[in-house]
Amino acid sequence: MSRVEVTVNGKPHDAEVEARKTLADFLREDCGLTGTHLGCEHGVCGACTVLLDGAAVRACLLFAVQATGHEVTTVEGLAPPGELSPVQAAFRDCHGLQCGFCTPGLVVSVTAFLAEQPDPDDAAIRDALSGNLCRCTGYQGIIRAVKQAAGQA
Amino acid sequence: MNTAPAGRFVGQSVKRREDPRLLTGHGKYVDDVAFPGMLHAAFVRSHMARARIVSIDVDAARALPGVVAVLTAADLNAGAGTMQPTMLLNDAANAPLRPLAEADVRFVGDAVAIVVAENRYIAEDACDLVDVDLDPLPAVIDFETAAADTENLVHPEKGTNIAQQSAFPLDDAWEAVVAGAAHVVTETFYQHRQTNVPMETRGIVADYDPGSGELHLWMSTQNPHEARAAMARVTGVAEAQVRVTAGDVGGGFGQKFFTPHDELVVALAARRLGRAIKWIEDRRENLIASNHARVDRSTCTVAVDADGHILGGYIDNLEDCGAFPVGSTGGVGPFVGMLFPGPYRVPLLRWKSTAVWTNTCGRGAYRGPWMMETVAREQMMDAVARAVGLDPLELRRRNVIHASELPYTTAMGFEYDIVTPEETLEQAVGLLDYEAFRSEQARAFAEQGRLLGVGISLYIEPSSMGSMEPLGTDTAIIRVDPTGKVVVSMGTGSHGQGLETTMPQIVAEELGVALDDVVLVQGDTASTPFGRGTGGSGSAVIGGGACRDAAAQVRAKALEIAAHLIEAAPADLELVEGVVSVRGTPTRTLPFAEIARVAHLDTARLPEGYEPGLEATASYTAPPFTWSNACHVCAVEIERDTGLVRIDRYIVSEDCGVMINPMVVEGQIAGGVVQGIGGVLYEHFVYDDDGNPLTTTFLDYLIPTATEVPDIEYGHVETRSNTPGGHKGMGEGGAIGAPPAVFNAVADALALVGARVTRQPLGPSQILALLP
Repeated sequence: MSRVEVTVNGKPHDAEVEARKTLADFLREDCGLTGTHLGCEHGVCGACTVLLDGAAVRACLLFAVQATGHEVTTVEGLAPPGELSPVQAAFRDCHGLQCGFCTPGLVVSVTAFLAEQPDPDDAAIRDALSGNLCRCTGYQGIIRAVKQAAGQA
Repeated sequence: MNTAPAGRFVGQSVKRREDPRLLTGHGKYVDDVAFPGMLHAAFVRSHMARARIVSIDVDAARALPGVVAVLTAADLNAGAGTMQPTMLLNDAANAPLRPLAEADVRFVGDAVAIVVAENRYIAEDACDLVDVDLDPLPAVIDFETAAADTENLVHPEKGTNIAQQSAFPLDDAWEAVVAGAAHVVTETFYQHRQTNVPMETRGIVADYDPGSGELHLWMSTQNPHEARAAMARVTGVAEAQVRVTAGDVGGGFGQKFFTPHDELVVALAARRLGRAIKWIEDRRENLIASNHARVDRSTCTVAVDADGHILGGYIDNLEDCGAFPVGSTGGVGPFVGMLFPGPYRVPLLRWKSTAVWTNTCGRGAYRGPWMMETVAREQMMDAVARAVGLDPLELRRRNVIHASELPYTTAMGFEYDIVTPEETLEQAVGLLDYEAFRSEQARAFAEQGRLLGVGISLYIEPSSMGSMEPLGTDTAIIRVDPTGKVVVSMGTGSHGQGLETTMPQIVAEELGVALDDVVLVQGDTASTPFGRGTGGSGSAVIGGGACRDAAAQVRAKALEIAAHLIEAAPADLELVEGVVSVRGTPTRTLPFAEIARVAHLDTARLPEGYEPGLEATASYTAPPFTWSNACHVCAVEIERDTGLVRIDRYIVSEDCGVMINPMVVEGQIAGGVVQGIGGVLYEHFVYDDDGNPLTTTFLDYLIPTATEVPDIEYGHVETRSNTPGGHKGMGEGGAIGAPPAVFNAVADALALVGARVTRQPLGPSQILALLP
């Protein structure tokens, strides 16, 4: 067993876990934060995307122990309880989700992207979204949502 | 044309009430269900397509600390009930399903053993320790030769690899049509192996309580009541003691409509062990062992006169249904045959359909299970146009059914009552400016050698089929609580369609209350009436019909109570936004909440003979068919250097009758279209000649990303159907219309350089091989 000391959504978590436990499983099982979803467990679909010190990472490709000493933000930590962040609100306004399973990863990815690139063009938006798979929406509403969140619509 | 005015709620793009919880990570999917002491399962699966099981050694796995059980066929199969679905039960034709492989394995992924352990990590460790000794046999992989193979049988007990065969055979009438035709065109088209790929894989938490005898199953399912019936049959637990709960469901596209094999096995294990067991399918399992779809070959013959008018059509369809088809599929061929004419006048139709078993993953429902009728027909229309020397648009204009011909009875006897194929065709080509595109195509090729192409696809979708009982009926229970809030309970299984928003839109409209005062309860068999689940483009028409009827009954009761309380005639009252008023006397009002309060808490004031409470139950059975229709137009450019297809325009003009929520309608169209685009251009599940799967990750099985998709343009033609709300089902349509539109566009571009194409997929390597 190995020690994990990590801050998640502003709260310290301190636990003994197997060294092989993924960050995604740690967040879901040990922190009770089930908004981080597992769609492929091989780093392609992006459903498990979280912020590690502000950068978007795949929680299925990191071990929990690797997060020690870092700050993790999950989808649950993007807005105060009962509220939607501007990105989340834009997804709702633009019908950027249907089944909702890929949505947390997309919202987190877009949040990180717009923090880096506040006024992206269409190609940059599509490129940024290409690391997250969605099977329901055909990406139509998602692309509109990013534009709205960037203040372009 | 009978167009529909938007209502107060119906017809409005209301924002979805599902969204806040899903956007903030507070959705409740099956993997989010957890109990203290819950165990975790993983499957040991066959690594060969067809083999005799020599031995299964589970000793090392059982000895691993943390392993609770390793179960094989010897432990689980005896006493298990039938695994066939309830709805469309067809034991005779179906494959011999069994919980775990017994004497042999029949596809790569066939479940051989189930390991149950304290956590998933240990369960997977133990799977690696199970030693399955297999003696390989020649596998049946090529579906085109499977029927003739009498030596190597997927299911030896069946004596044949032919799962299903039926026909309306060629005869003298057909020969006469052919003899009198100016052109007789025959072509063969293929679809290749694809799979649904919901972003949430399958999953279940099965909890059998030996004390109470209750089996409670939390599942990712589109159809909780079907799952309940299936679970009761398989496990032998009385249906009254089986409860299925579906929370949020992360997509299905048909995969989760019938209860799949592996979930049934997990429930059997839970019953046997008397413990709660969670199984969450991993992506590799989902790709190789959930269900596949679309492996079809259609040879079509169409006879036309000198002007291109269709005189008759014949389609010979062959489908690969794998080893263990899921649910009612593996025999959709007759629909391919009967629906082949689609939106065109086809005076004479003949068809043949064959389904074969192969040692591959079973075929399952995938968004438009028999859409090969549209793929074959629309690709054939272009082939006929080329043979006759007409533009594909002109050939369609000459053959498409006009509004003046309705109701139109097809050669198979189906009656199209309210459809608009010609209107959607003209709207879609108008949005493109087809003539301008043709000019630009010619100019770009002549001046720059660029390959532009346009493809058209029309279809008529038999949505919400009342002819397929029990899939044609839904029931809604509407209960008004004492504060006046309205709870609608239904057996639907929304998995992205937004029913929590759209069903309340219907109820609020019909009942006359505020939208925020109506909530939908679904997904739990303990709190909902039996229903058909969500699939087959059915919930708007069928579930919506039940909602509308139940709401009307509640409204009538409420008005009778109100009439009694304020001493007015019920006919003089109206109920709008939760307030009853006397027409013409706006000062005489009564809040709906007060009626609800009296009905529950002040019952002495109810009219004589009135039962306390305010509720109604209504069932609705749809007509045999509720036809929706659409036209897809796709414009592409092929990069000659790379073989890459770029979609420049994608237009859908559809008629789904009265739209409940246009935002949701367009979302459904977009999702289906992109699945169809993916199917033609990117997605391809590949087996080698021995039946080994080669595309077992998202690096190999490529679904579209945001960089590949076009901006989809929409046109709407809105004609009321003959159902209570005037709706027509449309959830599958995008995925039905898109593949041939994309294919025809690519074929049109390739024709500029004399290249011909009949097969998919159309990835860069295939395109480069076709280019001269």
